[in-house]
Amino acid sequence: MVDKIECAKGIQAQFQLNYRQSAKTHFELDIDIDIPGQGITAIFGGSGSGKTSLLRCIAGLEQNATGSLMVNDELWQDTSVFVATHKRSLGYVFQEASLFEHLTAMGNLRYAIKRSAQTTNPELLTQVVSVMGIESILSQFPQQLSGGEKQRVAIARALLSQPKLLLMDEPLASLDTPRKLEILPYLERLRSSFNIPILYVSHAVDEIVRLADHLVIMEQGKVLAQGGITELFSRADLPLGVSNEVGAIVECKVVERDTQWHLMRVAFDGGELWLPNVANKDSNSQRIRVLASDVSLTLTSHTDSSILNVLSGQIAEIINDQDPAMSLVRLKVGKSYLLARLTQKSLQNLALTLGKSVWIQIKSAAIVR
Amino acid sequence: MNLSDGDMATIWLTLRLATTVTILLLILATPIAWWLARTNSWLKGLVSALVALPLVLPPTVLGFYLLLAMGPNGAIGQFTQALGLGTLPFTFWGLVVASMVYSMPFVVQPIQNAIEAIGNRPLEAAATLGAGPLDRFFTVVLPLAKPGFMTATILGFAHTVGEFGIVLMIGGSIAGETRVVSVQIYDHVEGLQYAQAHALSGVMIVFSFVVLLMLYTFQRKRKAVGMTYGR
Repeated sequence: MVDKIECAKGIQAQFQLNYRQSAKTHFELDIDIDIPGQGITAIFGGSGSGKTSLLRCIAGLEQNATGSLMVNDELWQDTSVFVATHKRSLGYVFQEASLFEHLTAMGNLRYAIKRSAQTTNPELLTQVVSVMGIESILSQFPQQLSGGEKQRVAIARALLSQPKLLLMDEPLASLDTPRKLEILPYLERLRSSFNIPILYVSHAVDEIVRLADHLVIMEQGKVLAQGGITELFSRADLPLGVSNEVGAIVECKVVERDTQWHLMRVAFDGGELWLPNVANKDSNSQRIRVLASDVSLTLTSHTDSSILNVLSGQIAEIINDQDPAMSLVRLKVGKSYLLARLTQKSLQNLALTLGKSVWIQIKSAAIVR
Repeated sequence: MNLSDGDMATIWLTLRLATTVTILLLILATPIAWWLARTNSWLKGLVSALVALPLVLPPTVLGFYLLLAMGPNGAIGQFTQALGLGTLPFTFWGLVVASMVYSMPFVVQPIQNAIEAIGNRPLEAAATLGAGPLDRFFTVVLPLAKPGFMTATILGFAHTVGEFGIVLMIGGSIAGETRVVSVQIYDHVEGLQYAQAHALSGVMIVFSFVVLLMLYTFQRKRKAVGMTYGR
């Protein structure tokens, strides 16, 4: 788990930026983040929260931004230094693919290779092209490509400049759902195949839970919270998705596969769970998302319930939901946390208070990665 | 159609003038067009208006003031004299300078429009891939703005070939130095040499038509390519 490692290096960014196009459209960015120099860090927030501005500041595309930026011990900006964008070792994937229309897909890749600080060995080109699945479209011009294909070429192009940092600005936002589902596996392969830190801007919770290891939450140009993804997703006070999307993330290891019932037993820091068996690719580690609405609490242990997964834990926090009938309860289970969405009435009936020990019933859990 | 040696000389002089003016204008107009396309400065309106002035002014007005400016007492004249070049009126290079002023908007505007149409994004993408400012200009702006540069070249050249009033004011009619086709036709008509006037005018009509045909065919083709979005 990347978020548990204390990184001496990492990326330290601190920026102030003022936009004033007119009296009405005034936007101020004021952020200070310290994120690991490896893995995928998602920058999450609604539209207008300053996610893209932050990414553009890091890329040096906002010349009016003041502040400082260190990327893995390299100084890119402070009060007296401003390294120009083309001298920063970074890759940038824009929301729209932004390929060069006058070059073929291969021409676009060569553009990056030619300007890379490192020499590109042919194997890297072959690897990038095959990870992104663009072998068959290399000779085509951008106008001939679909949105998903263009975006894959754009990601390949960014990778081939062999950056020390990859910035991705909602690379899936301009695509429809089928195209999104087409690209997501490529992005997952990106994480496992190339050891580049990635900053991934998104407002889609489902993308973040699949991809990210670390999370920065932004609101109105400010950082609301930053930390490991399991930590932030189990907090009840953060606006991570609409109410029916709220849920904790748990990292687990598969300890047993039961072929008779098509189940598998997974262990995490707070106990064990039975889940439908998935013949999982290569690894035995699973990331699981437990939606708050799929969790219920009892005061006694039931053995006559259809619910397979029952854990014991304590109530760590109770917060009012946006819906006046509901509350969000944060539960400590071993070293992990889960969230449960309960009615205010149930809270009262069971006399649930902070620190109280409860049995936690989990109706279902989704395997997200 | 038989063209005399004198007519042929004016044709060659005209082509030499138009070529010189077009090449110099492309070099001078590109940075102006670039600046106009990207600046937010309040000076933009002022510079745009100055560049476009020849579009609305009678060439005689422009020619008159250029004549004064380039004359022995004018600012440009003083400057050229100080450099030991003498004065520019009634010389080939005087015509070049005047024609550059006159044809400027026809070269600046297409390039400016093309650069505006490219927008910022391809340049930002190139920068993130490690391309410096000059690299970006030659590998991104030039190829993407090529239609604009083609249009600017064709219009600048054709417009210089077709000028008359400003030539008469600045150049007069000195054989081999400033006597271009349009002036020669005027001289023929003045001398009641209608046959020669016909021949040269015919050449001009054919030339202008071919140039415009090239321009519009070229623009149509570009549009057709630009229409193929997505798949």
